[in-house]
Amino acid sequence: MPPRDITIAAPEAPWRFPAPVHAVLEQLRARPFFIAAAVVTLAFLAAALLAPWVAPFDPAFQDPDYLMAAPNAVHPAGTDSFGQDILSRVLYGARYAFLIGFCSVLIGAAGGLAIGLAAGLLGGAVEWALMRFIDAILALPSLIMAITFIAILGQGMDKVVYAVGFALIGPFARTVRADVLQVRAQAFVEAAGLMGVNRLRIVRRHILPNVVFPLAVQATVRVSEAILVASGLSFLGLGVVPPTPEWGLMISEGRAFISFAPWMSGVPGAALALLLIALSIVGDGVRERFDPKLRVNR
Amino acid sequence: MSDAVAMFQLLDVEKVYRIDRSGWLRFGLGAGQRLMALDRIRLTVGAGDSVALVGESGSGKSTLLRVLVGLTASSNGRALFRGREIDRLSSAERKQFQRDVAMIYQDARGSLNPRLRVVDLIAEPMREHRLCQPSEVQDRVIALLTRVGMPADAAERYPSQLSGGQVRRVAIARALASEPKVIVADEAVSGLDVSTQAQLLNLLRGLQREMGLTLLFITHDLAVASYLCRRIAVMYLGRIVESGPTRAVLRQPAHPYTRALLEASPRFFEPIAGTLSGEIPSPIDLPSGCRFAGRCRLAGPECLEREPELQAFGADRQVACWRPETDQAPCP
Amino acid sequence: MGVRQMSADVSAAPNAPQMLRDPAPREPLLWLHDVSLARAGRSVLDRVSFALGRGEVLGLVGESGAGKSTLALIAMGLLRPPAVALEGCMRFAEFDNLLAEPESVWAGLRGRRIGMIFQDAAAALNPCFTVAHHLATPLRRLLGLGRADARRRAITLLESVGLNDAEARLAAFPHELSGGMQQRVMIAVALACSPELLLADEPTSALDVTIQAQIMRLILQQVRARHASSIIVLHDLALASQVCDRIVVLYAGQVVEAGSSETVLRRTLHPYTHALKSCVVELETERLTPPEGGLPALGAMPAGCRFAPRCPRATDACASRPPLRELDGRAIACWHPG
Repeated sequence: MPPRDITIAAPEAPWRFPAPVHAVLEQLRARPFFIAAAVVTLAFLAAALLAPWVAPFDPAFQDPDYLMAAPNAVHPAGTDSFGQDILSRVLYGARYAFLIGFCSVLIGAAGGLAIGLAAGLLGGAVEWALMRFIDAILALPSLIMAITFIAILGQGMDKVVYAVGFALIGPFARTVRADVLQVRAQAFVEAAGLMGVNRLRIVRRHILPNVVFPLAVQATVRVSEAILVASGLSFLGLGVVPPTPEWGLMISEGRAFISFAPWMSGVPGAALALLLIALSIVGDGVRERFDPKLRVNR
Repeated sequence: MSDAVAMFQLLDVEKVYRIDRSGWLRFGLGAGQRLMALDRIRLTVGAGDSVALVGESGSGKSTLLRVLVGLTASSNGRALFRGREIDRLSSAERKQFQRDVAMIYQDARGSLNPRLRVVDLIAEPMREHRLCQPSEVQDRVIALLTRVGMPADAAERYPSQLSGGQVRRVAIARALASEPKVIVADEAVSGLDVSTQAQLLNLLRGLQREMGLTLLFITHDLAVASYLCRRIAVMYLGRIVESGPTRAVLRQPAHPYTRALLEASPRFFEPIAGTLSGEIPSPIDLPSGCRFAGRCRLAGPECLEREPELQAFGADRQVACWRPETDQAPCP
Repeated sequence: MGVRQMSADVSAAPNAPQMLRDPAPREPLLWLHDVSLARAGRSVLDRVSFALGRGEVLGLVGESGAGKSTLALIAMGLLRPPAVALEGCMRFAEFDNLLAEPESVWAGLRGRRIGMIFQDAAAALNPCFTVAHHLATPLRRLLGLGRADARRRAITLLESVGLNDAEARLAAFPHELSGGMQQRVMIAVALACSPELLLADEPTSALDVTIQAQIMRLILQQVRARHASSIIVLHDLALASQVCDRIVVLYAGQVVEAGSSETVLRRTLHPYTHALKSCVVELETERLTPPEGGLPALGAMPAGCRFAPRCPRATDACASRPPLRELDGRAIACWHPG
């Protein structure tokens, strides 16, 4: 017996917010961690940019009335053994964190791009040699590599940037080479060759744009790693020199006093941890959204 | 067709790959197995001809295509384009060759750079061969888009925003952009909906006839071959087993393989025909004798001994068979 | 949105039109009634209804995006809420509405009573496991056969699908087989438990044309031999005419015409079916007259008849959706059949 025909009334359309608000709310509902992390990152960025105007004190100012003082009304995050305001130093430290992070990733990405392109395009013995070189770099953890470079270059903020940057060339070079090989195998590269486009132009128009985009996505993921390595160097006393308000250095300075003045290491440590977590989540979110290899069917 | 106007001439072209026992391709000498992707191909394509290369997997049609457009060099024999060997063109001749011969890929979407807009994609051959002033490029691109049935605003889009059928049209427009004399298409309409396929077939046929282009069309579909091309060459395991005018060949196929292909193609309300048994054998180290003998119902002792050569059959046809079917009823 | 229960015993509204589907097969095995599916708010299938009798071969014909593969997945229970919004009634054998049944019921049916052959055999077979494993899994899990029995049955199955030298094939991995052989293995796996309903999603599209004919013949032969029913998803009308007893033509998620293949293809009434036929390239075709444009985009479906924008017979009446009704021995949804 066939089922009888039954007409069903269409359900009423549910009430919705206006379109732009709805879009933002959708994003909030779908990816709450990403949005939260993005907000935190932006807050740190704002702190870094606006530090001179927002920080209550000059970071190098030593307040004689409050030496190693616990958090209070005047110094909300306390002071260190020199009387310097920790909150101001943390805010200024955000500048150094971002500066070192972005610049070293830039160096690493540029170097990785050059090596990866050369390896992927030239092939043969050149590729082999370059990849063995990269293998050697990757054999050591980035912190150890950075220490090695500091030993050669010396200390100071710019040296830290170079050292961390060089240490990051390895992973970038590897992914760039893999992308170059993959793009080269695509039909449109062969088609361009058939049309008579010369090789240099093919690299410039067809291969490079398709390689740079995944590279940029990778770079956003590596920024947190760069900041961590730089802070690690400073913690070990091998990075920036005092009195630079860099978080790693601040944690190191507070190490001896940790039992009775925990805020000296605690506040910069918390700031570092928070920013790293936020950057990681943001980096992952960007990668999920934009990396073509991870694309799920939408 | 005199040699002077022949667009392509393939004289005993062979393409051999050496592979070792585990199946990896290997360059260099030494004991290894031979994979003859192309075996003594003889083909002439005149100016304005439309030729369909038909075959199943392993037939070598894609390899033949690659030899024709100069992507692969032949191992033996000579592949000529307008009398000059394709492997030995001077750089100026090669530039002209690249302009005259345009290819449409099977994977149309893959053949378009996803980061370029349609206008840049179509303009690339124009700019490369300096066919017009930079100011004229935009107008020419729009004219080409209109020609292939796309709206003018498609020029600003990216391939990812276009449907499968539209992407194929862009690929066709790009192929036309260099004002070629020859269009080579590798399964340009397969994998599409029937309505899109029909639209594209009409487009290609119209373009070929209006512009007097030489068309080389690879397909596995005999009906498409019959609709588009006046001549057909049927390939099996690297050899051309039959060639001639499409209608004649498909109405009265001489080679048993052609007949089997015809019978296997679905037709309205015909029961599924007595099908060809067995699988397509591996092209590695083929046994002596006709390569189709293992599956051929007409195979005789001479078929197992020697490989038949492509011989004249009737006025304008050629077939490579010891027992071509000369006097049978025409295929329904 | 979940599945709505539609019981056959609910009394119809006083003025409910008496709608007949395509002339009901004598012993219906599967009955779809007003099955609708929406994904991310977009309607993919819209009130699809058709019936399938025992021992019949039904062809689901349409272009890509019409929803045919989606229907096959629904019939196998592979597309269910909450991934999608699914409505309607699917009657199968003794089940009133399979769509309302929980996963445990489906698990008992899949493989045992409903089998599926996928389009791309290479992708559907796990490259890490041998053919023997693929065959033994349903035999041992679903039929409870012991190891030796399963092996014997597997050999019989392989021979019945035309693979000689079955012992050697059992030990092979999928990538060691050709495309045609892989498809045969998949057919054997699907038929392992002798299901009542065999679904096939474009089973020969990925194969060479001479192999295509062999495989299609094999599927038909197996289905007939077991008196099973089959739904074959196809885009090739000519192949459908050769293979199927009944045909359901889908356009943009709606059934436009359904009936015996003879009726639908020789005495066509719906303009879309006419258009499909006019696009088929045959050896003697002189001219092709395809319809303009393409399928409507998923988010922009016309409110009334979905084919109206491309239909040569469209009028104002087509702004409202034509009901599926019986006409001249088939079901058709059109205001201007002819």
